[in-house]
Amino acid sequence: MLNPEIKAKLRAIVGEKHFRDDPEALVAHSYDGTPMLQSLPDGVIYPSSAQEVSDIMKVLFEYKVPLVSRGSGSNLCGGTVPVEGGIVMVMHRMNRILEVDRDNLTATVQPGLITAEFIAHIEGMGLFYPPDPSSMRISTIGGNIAECSGGLRGLKYGTTKDYVIGLEAVLADGRIIRTGGKLMKDVAGYDLTKLLVGSEGTLAVITEATLKLIPPPKAKKTMLAMYRDLYGAARTVSRIIESKIIPATLEFMDNPTIRVVDDFAKLGLPLDMEAILLIEQDGEPESVERDVERIREICELESADRIEVAESREEAEKLLTARRSAFTALARLRPTTILEDATVPRSRIADMVLRINEIAKKYNVTIATFGHAGDGNLHPTATTDARDTEEIHRVEAAFAEIFEASIELGGTITGEHGVGVVKAPYLEWKVGEPGIEIMRGIKAAFDPHNLLNPGKVFAKESKKRVVLQHG
Amino acid sequence: MGEANANILKKPNIQHTNPLAQTLLNKLDYDQLTNCMRCGFCLPACPTFRETGMEPESPRGRIALMKAVADGLMDPDQAFQDQMNHCLGCRACEPVCPADVKYGQLIEQARDAIEDHAQHSAPVKGLRKLMFKGVFPRRGSLKLLGGSLAFYQKSGLRKLARGTGIMRLFPEHLREMESILPDATSRGVIERLGTFYPAKGKPIARVALFRGCIMDVMFADTNVHTVQLLSEAGFEVVIPEAQVCCGALHAHSGEMEEARSLARLNVGAFKEAGVDYIASNAGGCGALLSEYDHLLHGDADEGMREDAKWFAHRVIDVSRLIVEHGRVPRFAEKHAADAETAVTYQDSCHLRNVMKSGSAPRELLRGIEGASFVEMKEADRCCGSAGIYNVTQPEMAGQLLEHKMEHAADTQARYLLTSNPGCLLQMKLGIEKHKPPFRMEAMHIVDYLYERLALSPENKPQEK
Ligand SMILES: Cc1cc2nc3c(=O)[nH]c(=O)nc-3n(C[C@H](O)[C@H](O)[C@H](O)COP(=O)(O)OP(=O)(O)OC[C@H]3O[C@@H](n4cnc5c(N)ncnc54)[C@H](O)[C@@H]3O)c2cc1C
Ligand code: SF4
Ligand code: SF4
Repeated sequence: MLNPEIKAKLRAIVGEKHFRDDPEALVAHSYDGTPMLQSLPDGVIYPSSAQEVSDIMKVLFEYKVPLVSRGSGSNLCGGTVPVEGGIVMVMHRMNRILEVDRDNLTATVQPGLITAEFIAHIEGMGLFYPPDPSSMRISTIGGNIAECSGGLRGLKYGTTKDYVIGLEAVLADGRIIRTGGKLMKDVAGYDLTKLLVGSEGTLAVITEATLKLIPPPKAKKTMLAMYRDLYGAARTVSRIIESKIIPATLEFMDNPTIRVVDDFAKLGLPLDMEAILLIEQDGEPESVERDVERIREICELESADRIEVAESREEAEKLLTARRSAFTALARLRPTTILEDATVPRSRIADMVLRINEIAKKYNVTIATFGHAGDGNLHPTATTDARDTEEIHRVEAAFAEIFEASIELGGTITGEHGVGVVKAPYLEWKVGEPGIEIMRGIKAAFDPHNLLNPGKVFAKESKKRVVLQHG
Repeated sequence: MGEANANILKKPNIQHTNPLAQTLLNKLDYDQLTNCMRCGFCLPACPTFRETGMEPESPRGRIALMKAVADGLMDPDQAFQDQMNHCLGCRACEPVCPADVKYGQLIEQARDAIEDHAQHSAPVKGLRKLMFKGVFPRRGSLKLLGGSLAFYQKSGLRKLARGTGIMRLFPEHLREMESILPDATSRGVIERLGTFYPAKGKPIARVALFRGCIMDVMFADTNVHTVQLLSEAGFEVVIPEAQVCCGALHAHSGEMEEARSLARLNVGAFKEAGVDYIASNAGGCGALLSEYDHLLHGDADEGMREDAKWFAHRVIDVSRLIVEHGRVPRFAEKHAADAETAVTYQDSCHLRNVMKSGSAPRELLRGIEGASFVEMKEADRCCGSAGIYNVTQPEMAGQLLEHKMEHAADTQARYLLTSNPGCLLQMKLGIEKHKPPFRMEAMHIVDYLYERLALSPENKPQEK
């Protein structure tokens, strides 16, 4: 519980309406998109400016109250669940586009802005901002930055980190810092901008971001290749990259995914295929044609059963819808859906898909896999029922082994969802003990009293690595 | 506070001390509560969230609140009850939900539970009893009411009432509503057309008209036009006389038992008529009709459960029926001398989100000669009418309507068409209140289409 003095000070900063600690507000900010995780905060605050955020932080610093920054609460790692209580700070009121600079090709925005609204605005001006997480209709730019979110276009265009060039952020003690700027080159000291990107709200509260824009590609083509043989699809991915073609999108769906997506979005996909690849290339019209032709040859070489090239924008959108609704459709199979984002170097995708299938079989659990195959970022997704404790244990064991397999193949435990609470026990597997130590040092330098999103990234205890037995 | 993993998974086997909390635990479908995975995909679709930006005002928030009460994490205090009533019930959150959470059912269950414990003031109680148990379910009373309304309107009493300022004693939103109410009649569709109307040409199928209680009193012309339009499209139409109110207003206001008994009467009446389709021209009614199977799924009588399924699967919106199964007649815009007449369409929430009839009305409008269909921005967003919402939550309803009329004005449409009486009244109210800078008229799509049937005058359908 917060003492009345703190509440009075917070109310004085944001006004009566924008600080709440009634049960309704607390319950509605106790969760995010992560399954099986919930914890009540002590208060919810809605600031409208960096200055207010700064004043709030000064109060919280004085009384040592934890703070959790929150965009739309769509993350999947427990990132906004206030596991140690404290205040949840909702950024929705700070949702303006402050400036679009056509000379420098940058946009300056507030963190509460919804990603899809930003993209629509920018595209309306004939410009392009590539990071497009599947959740972009709800996610905020602040959340994207804090999680370093990726999307369908990550392979060719990179992820959020490649587009954040300047930040304004409020430190734990309330001081405001500015990093980077409208600069494509800047080596003045450590790169604090990049450090804050992906920091999951544990280092500072982001209050403004300067984003890099690029000119949109002139042409784009979308195609689907369908395989009765899963391995053929996986090899196609490796081969396309080997031939020095970097498609804008290279997405993968396996059979269980295809079935539910079709049922959900009524797209008329063939249900007897083991895998579908969704491939997009963009750029200059001639080179797009050339690449698509070459990709078609590769698909044929790997004995794709059917190849479809979208002839119109509507057809292309339809093909894209299939992939965009993958997770959402899987969610209908069983009451609980656990979506992971184990990522491997893209040359190892075929191996990884194989391993996931083996592991699912071994633990007798249902795991459908889809993902950004082009950048090695797979989404093995378990459909299960959280109320069945025995099954959940098997799911957890299967995932631990999937993470292990991914690291063994030179990959990582999370490609884009972040560590949060969920992956914290596994972080050491990826970064090692010295890695954890350095990170703890960085955290202490920014936030000596552990007020910013406590309980995230660093686990109280690391998970023991399981010994793998391959059959 | 701040225990992690406080998320309760199984339906708790507890006895709440708060009686309302206990009723909620009993009535809420706990599986649906856990099916919500809190992905937040429903947030941008929800009008109340869009207006306020507050999580508790969102579908995800409301579900979390219901679950928290069922789990004993919070008391169902006044704020909780208000929040449940603040929901429009538009169900825009359902088609976008990846997990297929039946939000509409949850909110009905929550309101039903709240209603069980409601402490209405004596006059409100009396009015609710009169309206829900006395007037709506009984065809005769509604007709009487229709008759007296017509008398009030025709006799000059209305003028007198308006002139003397008696209406000023009512809250503003009620006064506004009164001024746009159409003329009521006690001559409904059966009185005017009989109980059977033949098809033009070879009959494609046999269709029963669901006439609706309010529809048949306030919008009897629309009912008559629906029958005639269906006949033009090749359907023979029967109008079962024993049908009653659909029960939607009851269900949405937490009077579930009353809604169920009405449903049973309707299922019986239509089953007897032995039809291929049950056509509805009011999205709000049609949606509930199409869910009678769910409404009666707990019925003790197995035959009734089966009949309810039979019924629910036959319910279809009139536009969809014509487009998907009928012979679409020729329509021509009468004003189109030189320029095309612009028309636009406001979705009825329940028609779009529950009956999945979003494209059929648009297809019909696109096919009219001499008219051009202009899509309105956010046409799929609730207009704020939402049953009796514009009476119970005037502030939010007013905000929604204001935005709606801005978008409507942007289309420059001469006609603003809808498929539901509540939406139609709300659109009329919007035009009256926000006065677009050009001539705009709100009409039911059926009336509009009927008047544009491209027929020679002697072929015009006849009334009895
Ligand atoms: C169905 C579904 C699909 C998804 N698809 C993708 C995908 O394709 N790619 C992908 O990368 N992710 C995906 N995600 C995960 C999630 O949507 C992203 O992580 C997104 O960026 C979160 O945005 P948000 O606004 O909801 O942030 P929140 O969930 O509110 O917060 C996320 C983290 O950011 C921190 N944070 C938020 N705002 C600030 C701020 N202003 N300053 C500092 N810290 C802040 C929070 O403390 C938290 O740690 C998906 C999620 C769902 C439910
Ligand atoms: S979209 Fe469905 S599952 Fe997701 S939060 Fe909303 S109701 Fe829950
Ligand atoms: S029914 Fe409409 S108002 Fe209610 S939660 Fe769903 S979208 Fe929001």
